[in-house]
Amino acid sequence: MAAPRVVEHGPLRWDHLRTVARTDLKQLVQARDYWIPMMILGGIFFVFVPTVLLLTITQIGNVGAVEQLSQALEILPQNAQEQIKGDSESGRAAYALAVYLFAPVAVVVPITISTAVGAATIVGERERGTGEFLAHSPAGIREIFYGKLAASLVPGYLTTIVGFGIYALIVNTIVGPDVGGWFFPTPQWWVLMLWVVPPFLALTLSLVLRLSAKVKSTAAAQQASALVSLPLIMVAYSQATGSLYGGASLAWYVGAAAWVLAVLALWRGVRSVTRARLLGVADEQ
Amino acid sequence: MEPAPVIELDGVAKWFGPNPGLTDLHLRAASGRITVLLGPNGAGKTTAIRMITGAFSPDGGSVRVFGLDPARDGAEVRSRCGVVSAKPSLYDRLSGWDNLRYSAELHGLGRGPEVDQRIAEAAERFGIEAALDGQVGSYSTGMKTRLALARSVLHRPELLLYDEPTSGLDPESSHAVLELIREMTADGSTVVMCTHLLLEAEGLADQVVVMQDGTDVVSGSPGDLTRRYWPHDVVRIGAEDPTGLDALARATGVLAYERTDGGATLHLDDPGRVPDLVAALAAAGVRVTRVVPHEPTLEDLYFAVRQTAGHSRLGAVEGSEV
Repeated sequence: MAAPRVVEHGPLRWDHLRTVARTDLKQLVQARDYWIPMMILGGIFFVFVPTVLLLTITQIGNVGAVEQLSQALEILPQNAQEQIKGDSESGRAAYALAVYLFAPVAVVVPITISTAVGAATIVGERERGTGEFLAHSPAGIREIFYGKLAASLVPGYLTTIVGFGIYALIVNTIVGPDVGGWFFPTPQWWVLMLWVVPPFLALTLSLVLRLSAKVKSTAAAQQASALVSLPLIMVAYSQATGSLYGGASLAWYVGAAAWVLAVLALWRGVRSVTRARLLGVADEQ
Repeated sequence: MEPAPVIELDGVAKWFGPNPGLTDLHLRAASGRITVLLGPNGAGKTTAIRMITGAFSPDGGSVRVFGLDPARDGAEVRSRCGVVSAKPSLYDRLSGWDNLRYSAELHGLGRGPEVDQRIAEAAERFGIEAALDGQVGSYSTGMKTRLALARSVLHRPELLLYDEPTSGLDPESSHAVLELIREMTADGSTVVMCTHLLLEAEGLADQVVVMQDGTDVVSGSPGDLTRRYWPHDVVRIGAEDPTGLDALARATGVLAYERTDGGATLHLDDPGRVPDLVAALAAAGVRVTRVVPHEPTLEDLYFAVRQTAGHSRLGAVEGSEV
């Protein structure tokens, strides 16, 4: 005979949610062994690689490599080709790289960082024994779940937004003079960053947190999360790229679909967390 | 008059897959009293605590805390409880301040100078105020326990649930923690404490509940239980030649006699018979070395209860075989 699943009702207390999220973030800030590698990851994708590539293209002139790259741009959709700016071969190549090639970066970085945080968040409470404190606290299960989701989402998205800002500066500084001034972010990039990336992040995290609630160790959570996030990164990659190629309207549709899926996944995801699981008891229900 | 019960558990059962956590637990904890759950590992003490806060829901029986059902009104029940578990459940990467602020916020105290003042007072009460700025990961076990105790009283709960709070502490720290727990009932708090260390419960418990295999074997005040298991006064007598004491087995007023190393244990119908017995021994030439009234300890009680429970269980098995 099993106890009926206890569904916690009542309004969502935002103060509890904020407290859980803030405390988790505070712990993350203390964990330099975590955030230093993540900063390096963001730095490589948003600063180092684009700087080297764009400088190389804009500084070496119209040599063979740039000409080949320019020819390769012809495989882009007509809509995308029409938007490419620049008078020279190198300028057009650099513009295309800046606007189209690095789109996946905006998805890979936040999902990678947030998955790493989210995978450990619930199983970590259990492993450290702090799940006992949360289980006996007045905080509701939904407040704990969404608080932890926010604490996992913020580092990834914040790194991405900051990285995006730095990337915009680099791109405009290096490529801008060849294409008639500052051009980045383009309207599609704004939609991508503010409308398409967040739901993909939330969707991934809802799955990762469910895994974190169910597995027995942080190591297992990270293994399983990698398996879940990889296909999602590929889907997000293709959708992000398509959003940029297809114009702003397509990006709006992609984002809307992702939001619907994310909301459904988050709504379902809450059920994976129980007080028994915070206590490390899997067979209660 | 007995105060109203804060906790009422009736026939509570809890299963973890095929394994029983609780089978038939009955527990009443009166307001403003210290109830000690005694039992070996696996008796169900921790599960009982988790039932009380609503962290677990029962598979059978009923749980009422403050007159509420923790499975339905868990948020309110938990907001009125302070819990310290066997592992202190502290965030090692945070400072003592941050750990206490986290709890204060989840209990609806908010943030600000007034809350900080309350945190400082709680920390001072448990002698941990000087370490509040340090990361909890650098604390000793004793400091962590003190911090967990300070956290448990921060929101001034009506019910304190302590699950082996002295686990891993040295004797001095254990003694200090138990003193602090004793003090808390002076504020009107109700305390339920789990332990398998009998010395901890000695002198602390207003009510003892001995648990075994997920059920309460016996419960009552230590005095009542002692009288139940030792209804007569017990005296231990020593003699240079213990064989000379055997004559007491037939003496008037001696209800039971048992020879032990270097002496004998006597169960008497009246303690006033001791002078006559000693005089009789002296007249018979027996040189008495000591006469000590025996006060059964909680340890004696515990083993007497366990022995009785074991015998009754054995009897039931034998009966079923027949």
